[in-house]
Amino acid sequence: MSTDLTRSTATELAGLIAGGEVSAVEVAQAHLDRISEVDDRLHAFLVVDADGALRAAKAVDARRAAGEALGPLAGVPLAMKDIVVTEGLPTTAGSKILEGWVPPYDATISRRIKDAGIVMLGKTNLDEFAMGSSTENSAFGPTHNPWDLARVPGGSGGGSAAAIAGYEAPLAIGTDTGGSIRQPAAVTGTVGAKPTYGGVSRYGLIALASSLDQAGPCARTVLDAALLHEVIAGHDPCDSTSIAAPVPPVVAAARDGARGDLTGVRVGVVRELGGAGYQSGVLAAFQDAVETLRKLGADVVEVSCPHFDYALAAYYLILPSECSSNLARYDAVRYGLRVGDDGVRPLEEVMSLTREAGFGPEVKRRVMIGTYALSAGYYDAYYGQAQKVRTLISRDFAAAFEQADVLVSPATPFVAFGIGERVADPMAMYVNDLCTLPASLAGTPAISVPCGLSDGLPVGLQIMAPALGDDRCYRVAAGYESAVERIVPPAEVLA
Amino acid sequence: MTYEDVLTRYAPVIGLETHVELGTVSKMFCGCSTAFGAEPNTQVCPVCLGLPGSLPVANEKAIESTIRIGLALNCTIAEWCRFARKNYFYPDMPKNYQISQYDEPLCVNGYLDVEVNGESYRVGIERVHLEEDTGKNTHVGRSGRIHGADYSLVDYNRAGIPLVEIVTKPVTGTGALAPEVARTYVTELRDILRTLDVSDVRMEQGSLRCDVNTSLHPLGTTEWGTRTETKNVNSLRSVERAVRSEMLRQAEILDGGGKITQETRHFIETTGDTRSGRSKEEATDYRYFPEPDLVPLAPDPAWVVQLRATLPELPAVRRARTRETLGISAEDMRQMANAGVVDLVGATVEAGAPVGEARNWWLGYLAQKANERETDAADLRITPAQVARIVSLVGDGTLSVALGRQVVDAVLDTGADVDAVVAERGLQVVSDTDVLAKAADEAIAANPDVAEKVRGGKVNAVGPLIGAVRKATGGQADAATVRAILLEKLGSQ
Repeated sequence: MSTDLTRSTATELAGLIAGGEVSAVEVAQAHLDRISEVDDRLHAFLVVDADGALRAAKAVDARRAAGEALGPLAGVPLAMKDIVVTEGLPTTAGSKILEGWVPPYDATISRRIKDAGIVMLGKTNLDEFAMGSSTENSAFGPTHNPWDLARVPGGSGGGSAAAIAGYEAPLAIGTDTGGSIRQPAAVTGTVGAKPTYGGVSRYGLIALASSLDQAGPCARTVLDAALLHEVIAGHDPCDSTSIAAPVPPVVAAARDGARGDLTGVRVGVVRELGGAGYQSGVLAAFQDAVETLRKLGADVVEVSCPHFDYALAAYYLILPSECSSNLARYDAVRYGLRVGDDGVRPLEEVMSLTREAGFGPEVKRRVMIGTYALSAGYYDAYYGQAQKVRTLISRDFAAAFEQADVLVSPATPFVAFGIGERVADPMAMYVNDLCTLPASLAGTPAISVPCGLSDGLPVGLQIMAPALGDDRCYRVAAGYESAVERIVPPAEVLA
Repeated sequence: MTYEDVLTRYAPVIGLETHVELGTVSKMFCGCSTAFGAEPNTQVCPVCLGLPGSLPVANEKAIESTIRIGLALNCTIAEWCRFARKNYFYPDMPKNYQISQYDEPLCVNGYLDVEVNGESYRVGIERVHLEEDTGKNTHVGRSGRIHGADYSLVDYNRAGIPLVEIVTKPVTGTGALAPEVARTYVTELRDILRTLDVSDVRMEQGSLRCDVNTSLHPLGTTEWGTRTETKNVNSLRSVERAVRSEMLRQAEILDGGGKITQETRHFIETTGDTRSGRSKEEATDYRYFPEPDLVPLAPDPAWVVQLRATLPELPAVRRARTRETLGISAEDMRQMANAGVVDLVGATVEAGAPVGEARNWWLGYLAQKANERETDAADLRITPAQVARIVSLVGDGTLSVALGRQVVDAVLDTGADVDAVVAERGLQVVSDTDVLAKAADEAIAANPDVAEKVRGGKVNAVGPLIGAVRKATGGQADAATVRAILLEKLGSQ
């Protein structure tokens, strides 16, 4: 029974719970058991909150017994990326500098998830402060890919993606700054969506780059992702950048797409996202996916977005600039780690020693780059110029969306690589995000959906839409999903 | 070197940066209370503590107040502007950056006309922008400063209180009156802010803070000298003293062939001098960039029009009206303006006092008290209504002028009601003739020699007897009345 429950989708579990066929407690326990069984090998979780999860599950069961109406995901377990603040539950952002910090408040999305009766199992591993593409930058050790334990699960949200692919949870929350939801989804054979910037509240999301960060759903199916999307999305007065517009109807779009008819949908293949530097197996899987879309009735056209070639350069100026400022608050004064405070050392030295000991190399690298890029005399050449490139990328998107309803590309240039393979070469790591960066810079929605295998490892299809057109992503993703066989990790990996 | 010496050789250029804590109910970017004086760290939340994940949301009322200040200072209101982050590490700043405005302030390019000794000076306003206040550090230890402190305490109640910064353009051509122009500007600005009801503008509580920039250049030259920025200027009087002392200090250095260091200096209230703070040369690079957590600020032009239309009558206009309706002479007006009592006189008259009496009290005894207490007349703990009541009691003979002054002293010390002071302390003039007659008899009996002289026709010798009667009645007898009674008794009338 346990095993079956962990293999079920969120939609199935919600149905079983609502129908009284299983209790939320049984569902939670099944997933906690699975975590106990496999997480020593996956290391997807930093904290497992078994008591909290069972308590939340019991509350759902009690509400059901009392005849109360339950939300569409009530009782379904979820894994929360450990960069989202959770009241009373340690939140580390994958960094030693926050070790031991227990937040006194809930992020808006944490609150919405709890209010929806979703059962939070624990907090998942990530690259420190979400800086990375492999989860190897976590201060608490890497997460392993359920498809091959010697490989990375992507990053920064590798923990959330691995938890889903490894059947530890049917749902997870990720955060995407340059691809941290979509890239891990692609390399673990799961679904991950980055909503329109401002579509989901950032209040309580530990900031990496404020103008790019966006939380979103991770799941094994498009419909599950859509259901979670609708729980967390919507205007939040606590986030000034949150959009006061109706949430795009992503669940309806996913159900509509699942009927397998994309007749008349104009699909633009982005010329600049492919070719040299991409693994041939990835490109082959992508070509097959485009063919499938065509067979579903889509009109496929090629579009050109010339400034996408500069996305990586612009991103690695904007992100470090913002993060150098966002991470300044970790200074040993109010919370978190404090090193060297012997009552004699001056304040500045304690701050320096704490930041030296508390931040990992990638964080230090980006803080240094950002501090430099914002310096007097360099601002215009770096941060200012990068913002101009960002505008040009948005214009490329606008022009492309004149010709197409959605744009498609591979979600990543290559499949999951080996743990330790790229850590010594930041550039080799950064190019993981080549395909996902443009939508991040433009603030537009995008989803990654599994599209077959390359050498036995998952490949992701990225579907991008204009701002607030999240429903288009889901519709096309669900259409594609309905036409292909679901890929699952080899059973022997976690046997 | 005297101040006059400075002016024979140098011309000053001054500039003022004023920070005003707005009197909004809640903080700039969160819902915490702004009330002054609460227990440390009781008016805080994840946002103003800068906890991980928290986000700011701008206070609309603070934006409205800033626009109204800009309009009152004849500024152009930006149709679109942004907040910016000012990055530097300091423990009173929870995020280690301050949300401020940089190259896109909300209000720009205004002016404020101020009058000193009958001359009008136009002080250009460079910008008015909105930012958040920091927390407050208390350094515990021998020095009371961060260096040498045993430990430091931080109170974040103040962190995030909306703060408006008003920056003047350089003010030239004031010559010897530079200190007075600076003081009058801040006074006028404070009156405007009070009239707009956007802040309680209490310099001693730090809700109005002033930095004074001063430089000197040799007379006859056009290139300005190196400026210093004096902080910790916590009263109107200090504004004037700070400019004066900085002019003297700089002139001495320049006379000696030295160079002025561009630096921040701190005003020392007790001595009236300034001392060196951190040097601008080693100043932090603030790495300003647009605040990505906040959407740009684009005030609706219709709203700005409405705010302009609903501005209250500003102090300069009010003063002109006061002068006209009260029929005050130009010379009186100048004196009253210099003493900062125009509005006070006007309000005292409105409360029922005759113009002359109101003027005399405010320019005389009350101005003297303000001077003794090193404060401004407006900050004295007495209201125009209370002054009017005292005027009325003196007018009807209940109080003598001397007793009126005693009542003023009591009100200033205790803040109590005038009539309550009079009643409690028994300060009415003793006009009961039986009481006075009895006291006179006693005085005559106790001073037979003096009495004899007066009886002998030396009327002017009566002084000691008057003194004795007044002493016996607690100083509350009117001298003229006592004199008449004594002379009658001694048959010398």
